[in-house]
Amino acid sequence: MSEHNLNARNLLCPMPVIRTQDCIKTLEKGDELTVICTDPGVVNDIPTWCRINGHEVLAIQEKGREIHITIQVG
Amino acid sequence: MQDKIKAVALISGGLDSMLAVKVIQDQGIHVEGINFYTGFCVEGHTHAIRSKDKAKPKRNNALWVAEQLGIKLHIIDIVEDYKDVVINPKHGYGANMNPCLDCKIFMVNRARTWMEENNFDFIITGEVMGQRPMSQRKETMPKVAQQSGAFDRLVRPLCAKNLPETLPEKEGWIDRDKLHNITGRGRKPQISMAKDFGFNDFAQPAGGCCFLTDKAYSNKLDDLWKNRGEKRYELDDIMLLKVGRHLRPNERFKIMVGREEGENNYLEGYTYAFSHIRPLDYTGPLVLVDGAPNAEDLRLAARLAARFGSGRDAEQVQVEVTQLDGSRIAMHVKPMPVADIPLEWYL
Ligand code: SF4
Repeated sequence: MSEHNLNARNLLCPMPVIRTQDCIKTLEKGDELTVICTDPGVVNDIPTWCRINGHEVLAIQEKGREIHITIQVG
Repeated sequence: MQDKIKAVALISGGLDSMLAVKVIQDQGIHVEGINFYTGFCVEGHTHAIRSKDKAKPKRNNALWVAEQLGIKLHIIDIVEDYKDVVINPKHGYGANMNPCLDCKIFMVNRARTWMEENNFDFIITGEVMGQRPMSQRKETMPKVAQQSGAFDRLVRPLCAKNLPETLPEKEGWIDRDKLHNITGRGRKPQISMAKDFGFNDFAQPAGGCCFLTDKAYSNKLDDLWKNRGEKRYELDDIMLLKVGRHLRPNERFKIMVGREEGENNYLEGYTYAFSHIRPLDYTGPLVLVDGAPNAEDLRLAARLAARFGSGRDAEQVQVEVTQLDGSRIAMHVKPMPVADIPLEWYL
């Protein structure tokens, strides 16, 4: 299992979702990915995308203007 | 025994593609969705940008539809390749800058490539014959099938009974009798199907699925091309056309004025790329200046900027103009009276 970060700052939805999807394609089951975003729309869109594609959202943290979403690859 | 038959569906986020998938799923076919991001999509951005929309729950309709249907959704960034569709549509534009027929052909073609790469068997769309003046007419629907290269692997479950038999029907993968024969612009049959399937709260976008069907948006895009001297755009250009008021006083420059906090924040992210004007002794929006304004133009831009602030009725206000090289000057200007701004300046 390995941990990764993805910078999706200043991207508007659905670009953060697309970047997340494309990044996860390169990861292994069980890996953790933290996506760092600024568009508040990701709070809905990334978890929905994870639910339908079988990944688990481990945490959503708001840090100032940023939102950090940690996903475990399913 | 043959592997399970698989179909890939173009998912826009609207009701029709949702129903089309359900009709095929109910025949035991494994369906996955594909959603194309062109940069012109109505989804998401404007909600993300405008603060007034922040209170409303935001959702990406394509993802929502996929979740309701229990299917996977693949969102594909086609921003670069799509430019040629918008700039050089072989079949021309619709009522506005919408190249619907070329767009459909392009998307079905991309879906076909995806189908082949992922070993799927056919493609589904939510098209309804006669629903859209350009891409969904009796004469154009076969063109989409042919010119996309999908041929008889393209199934339109909502109006399939009005169209020639497709491969999945011939092969017996799906039963033609269970497909539909909806035509025209009315929404009744779809609403009643939605009810039967128990779908609530679905999105029903008026007009088209993208900003290119919007008259005001199309005017701004046309203005961008005219003043650039060529039909060309980057993603940032077309995003900015969705934000703020745009006024063009002459061919050298236009201004973009944030209408509220969310838009100001968004425009703030572009101050590195544009000359801009900020209020100094009043409250008001950030204004970006696009083009190559001369000194007189900048003064005019400053007067216009002042018109949109709290000092609009003052004799004089102070603004700060930051030029592209980073130099800043404070300017005293008289806000332009509303009645003096020609309506044709508003794009
Ligand atoms: S409305 Fe926009 S996305 Fe929909 S078919 Fe026309 S050009 Fe394509």
